[in-house]
Amino acid sequence: MEYAEPTGSLSLLWLLIALPLAGALVLFLLGRRANAWGHLLGCATVGVAFVLGVIQFFELRGLGEEGRQISQHLFTFIDVGGLKVDAGLLYDPLSALFVLLITGVGFLIHVYSIGYMSHDEGRRRFFAMLNLFVAAMLLLVLGNSFVALYVGWEGVGLASYLLIAFWYTRPEAATAAKKAFIMNRVGDVGLALGIFLLFATLGDTSFEGVFSNVDQLSSTTVTIVALLLLLGACGKSGQFPLQAWLPDAMAGPTPVSALIHAATMVTAGVYLIARSAPIYDLTETGRTVVCVIGALTLLIGCVIGCAKDDIKKVLAYSTVSQIGYMFLAVGLGGEAYALGIIHLLAHGFFKAGLFLGAGSVMHGMNDQVDIRRFGGLAKYMPITTVTFGLGWLAIIGIPPLSGFFSKDPIIEHAFDRPGWSGWLFGGAALLGAGLTAFYMTRLFVLTFLGKPRWTTEEEGGKPHPHESPLSMTVPMMVLAVGSVAGGFLLTQGDRTSHWLEPVLVRGAEAPEAAHKLEPIVITALVIVFSLVGAGLAYLLFRGGTAKAEQPANQLVVAARRNLYADAFNEAVFMRPGQWLTRALVYVDSRGVDGLVNGLSAAVGGGSGRLRRLQTGFVRSYALTMLGGAVVVLASLLVVRLG
Amino acid sequence: MNGPWLPVLTALPLVGAIVLAFLPKGADRLAKLLALGWSLVVLVLTIVVCANFDPDGDRFQFVTSYTWIPQFGTRLAFGVDGIALVMLALIAVLTPIVLLASWHESGQGRRSVKTYYALMLALQTCMIGVFVATDVFFFYVFFEAMLVPMYFLIGSYGGPKRQYAAVKFFLYSLVGGLFMLASVIALYVVSVRELGEGTFAFDKLAGMDMSTTAGRWIWLGFFVAFAVKAPLFPFHTWLPDAGGQAPIGAAVLLVGVLDKVGTFGFLRYNLPLFPEASRFFAPLVIVLGIIGILYAALLAIGQNDMKRLVSYTSVAHFGFIAIGVFAFTTQGGSGAVLYMVNHGIATGALFLVVGFLIARRGSALIADYGGVGRLVPWIYGAFFVTGMASLALPMTNSFVSEFLVLLGVFSRNPVAGVVATLGIVVAALYVLWMIQRTMHGPTNPKLLEEGSPKWRDLSRREAWVIAPLLVLIIGLGVYPKPLLDVINPAVKATLTDVGQQDPQPSEVAGGNR
Repeated sequence: MEYAEPTGSLSLLWLLIALPLAGALVLFLLGRRANAWGHLLGCATVGVAFVLGVIQFFELRGLGEEGRQISQHLFTFIDVGGLKVDAGLLYDPLSALFVLLITGVGFLIHVYSIGYMSHDEGRRRFFAMLNLFVAAMLLLVLGNSFVALYVGWEGVGLASYLLIAFWYTRPEAATAAKKAFIMNRVGDVGLALGIFLLFATLGDTSFEGVFSNVDQLSSTTVTIVALLLLLGACGKSGQFPLQAWLPDAMAGPTPVSALIHAATMVTAGVYLIARSAPIYDLTETGRTVVCVIGALTLLIGCVIGCAKDDIKKVLAYSTVSQIGYMFLAVGLGGEAYALGIIHLLAHGFFKAGLFLGAGSVMHGMNDQVDIRRFGGLAKYMPITTVTFGLGWLAIIGIPPLSGFFSKDPIIEHAFDRPGWSGWLFGGAALLGAGLTAFYMTRLFVLTFLGKPRWTTEEEGGKPHPHESPLSMTVPMMVLAVGSVAGGFLLTQGDRTSHWLEPVLVRGAEAPEAAHKLEPIVITALVIVFSLVGAGLAYLLFRGGTAKAEQPANQLVVAARRNLYADAFNEAVFMRPGQWLTRALVYVDSRGVDGLVNGLSAAVGGGSGRLRRLQTGFVRSYALTMLGGAVVVLASLLVVRLG
Repeated sequence: MNGPWLPVLTALPLVGAIVLAFLPKGADRLAKLLALGWSLVVLVLTIVVCANFDPDGDRFQFVTSYTWIPQFGTRLAFGVDGIALVMLALIAVLTPIVLLASWHESGQGRRSVKTYYALMLALQTCMIGVFVATDVFFFYVFFEAMLVPMYFLIGSYGGPKRQYAAVKFFLYSLVGGLFMLASVIALYVVSVRELGEGTFAFDKLAGMDMSTTAGRWIWLGFFVAFAVKAPLFPFHTWLPDAGGQAPIGAAVLLVGVLDKVGTFGFLRYNLPLFPEASRFFAPLVIVLGIIGILYAALLAIGQNDMKRLVSYTSVAHFGFIAIGVFAFTTQGGSGAVLYMVNHGIATGALFLVVGFLIARRGSALIADYGGVGRLVPWIYGAFFVTGMASLALPMTNSFVSEFLVLLGVFSRNPVAGVVATLGIVVAALYVLWMIQRTMHGPTNPKLLEEGSPKWRDLSRREAWVIAPLLVLIIGLGVYPKPLLDVINPAVKATLTDVGQQDPQPSEVAGGNR
């Protein structure tokens, strides 16, 4: 496999990254001087990048199917011994779609943030960080080697940290940011080790070199590499067992939750696995583990999503769960890789729309996030209600909205997996569809329908809900259109699958496995499950809900506490870690220091002498030095003469 | 290029120190400006040397030597390879910066300002000398002489426990140095036997045969001295005291340059002079290095004093450097050398920013801060960038070196590579927790009390101090090639001396690279 040289507008690939990066630098370095126009510059860089991305997309489409993998060498990054790392970009059908998603949704969310952050004194800083994120995310999907990907990977981690901690004077935001960074770093260890192992075995870290030689690896090595990369993917994408940071990340401003923690960054794990398709194709075990993680996480996300009362946390767990679907898809391999990417793109639209809607609700409700204290908002926020409603119908997979076209095929393919595992994964995905419909309907009904349950004056101020300004609602409307039509447009005539084929499907097509269940049966089942879930939620919550948390059975309590994931991390890692640190500090000051002090005292001729030295005059040390030098010279003379 | 470039470069700062010593009392401002100007001249001279160094040329360049004590076969021999060259560049860049950073700190108390600056310049001569000497005895003299100015800088200008810290620093180094002295003498004895004529010349000693036992014993002597200096676990306990008590300027040079003499010594003396012993002891060093990485990082988390915290992070970073050196791969070796430079820049910058904070608050205790980011956003920004460099975030200089070291270690010994890589998680913890405790959260009410000092953001002088380092952090993080091009040939030569080659890709048929 050879990558082609860039031609035409494609030679400007680097500009995609350079534009938002330059925006970030200007906004950071100019400081307060850029306050007046900073947000406009921030939007402009991403907007221009989007236009460029569209032009480049069509240029790529104009090339023959064989020539759609463009590699641009920028400069030599590292060249030591056998290790050669290019700073280079790879533009192919997969990265082209991601560029459109990142710059397109990114631009909308930048525009939305103008209004959303208009009262925040740190708005310029906010746009600097958003620009930084877009640059890093583009590097992640455009890098032509695992090292370049890793640089972007940690870059988005940095931007995510900065933006979660945007309101860093709030302790919970600072803590959530740190937690996100640390848990991501745990995943990064896996990614880094995967890169090291690829280098140790293949002597290369570029996609081109690795993928054209990957078949020479032993099956054990391939599996280990696949699992290490998966660890990285789990960290970034909030998948089990590294999912606990994502809901806390909602402490950041809502546009951040929409862009980074829903539409783009958290899907990087899916990108990594799809990008590494040539590796995962060679390891059945690796793919099975990806499926297990995906299926498990999608259920975890659904269960917790049903129990949360914070509008952003529900959406966060919904993201965890939807990415679980994507993991399941890419774990199934073959044709399903493309299904994972399609769901990722569709999800990018409806989830970003849902988050922006949530932001709009919070904007009108004095930053209230508790859905028990909403209700009846449809009357006051018609645009938000309609756009949010379309996102809701899209995510629960009501035909013909987006989610139906993107999620249904994943469930079909999960059932088609040979053997009992097909029943397991398919069943989990089907159950997840029902649960998704339940919690999303609960969210929608409690927020927009029924009677108001708002806070009163005595409880901290009566809200005056109102529709958000146009700068916020227009992006929501655009995303709503995407939520409605995206799925159909992406899947019609298998166009996206076909487009992605050169990247994701290699070698001979696997023979079509016999369907366990006819696709039409599965589709019917999915719709029935979704309708039952949604209907149940509607019946339960149309009359509102209690205004405060009620006692509940053990499952609900467990779900409210994130299925004890935080408690587990705290008990197993944090507390023993703190204990260990304290013990080591003691050991170091008493034990190691004492031991070495004792030894040096012995060497120096007893501790009494040491004490005398320590309290003595500087002159005596100089004398000691001189004495040492004399000894040296004398001994040399002895040697010389002897 | 011929000519006495290196002797002049070495002597120049010392001349400056002597000139300073003869300045009249009270001419503080003149002393400061003179020292700063002098260090800038040294910087220019170093740039000339670097520009004339040919990466593809001989291993040692600018070679000159003068008769010293012919009876012992020791000469004043000068020469630099790529490794020494990048360290010279680091010294030349850091010295004017720390002089400028010490502008007000040196004047506190009753101590003489001009003496402080004279000591700094004298220290610079010793630091340069250590890296340019190619005669083992000549090296040893600089190695020990380096202690004297640093001893006075810590002992006279340091924090409240400066006497204790200075003596501890001095004794540790002196004891380590004695081990080395024994080895230096033994090496001479061996050279008398093997070469028929006693010598300390590096190039003659490097190819010399010696018995396995002798080689290992002599290796150990050098190792102990360098392990104390570096410092490597378990010889590290002097550093948090010294780093915590030293004035900021001296702390930057202590951690940024002086400690590198230890890891430089591994590369220059342990590996080429004793290839067999180096291979024999390599597992031991790698184990110590890895323990250091995790142990010191955990200790850093537990510190409540910023200067001690930064000192402990340095111990962890020296663990990375040591395992890179003893992995015997080009990536590990070049990564380690690059790490030596990058750590000097990144940790130096971190120390300097901590110094800015201390200058405002008058305390290094983390608990005395809290929510400071809001008060001084530019200092917060500088603190953040240097912190990110400390945890080796990509696009900062430290990433390249840490990545190379870990990759080099992994390709030699996967288990060691895996354990060492865990260090990147702990590094994130100590940096982020320090940032959270000092910069984030609501502003510590004590900082805003009546009578507490005003919180001014970065002054113009401080901006000049920190900006060059921030530019280097990002610049070398994006484009490390100029340094690597100089370092690579020297590391390759060192690995040839030690008789080691990179492992081939293990699963590629015919190694088709």
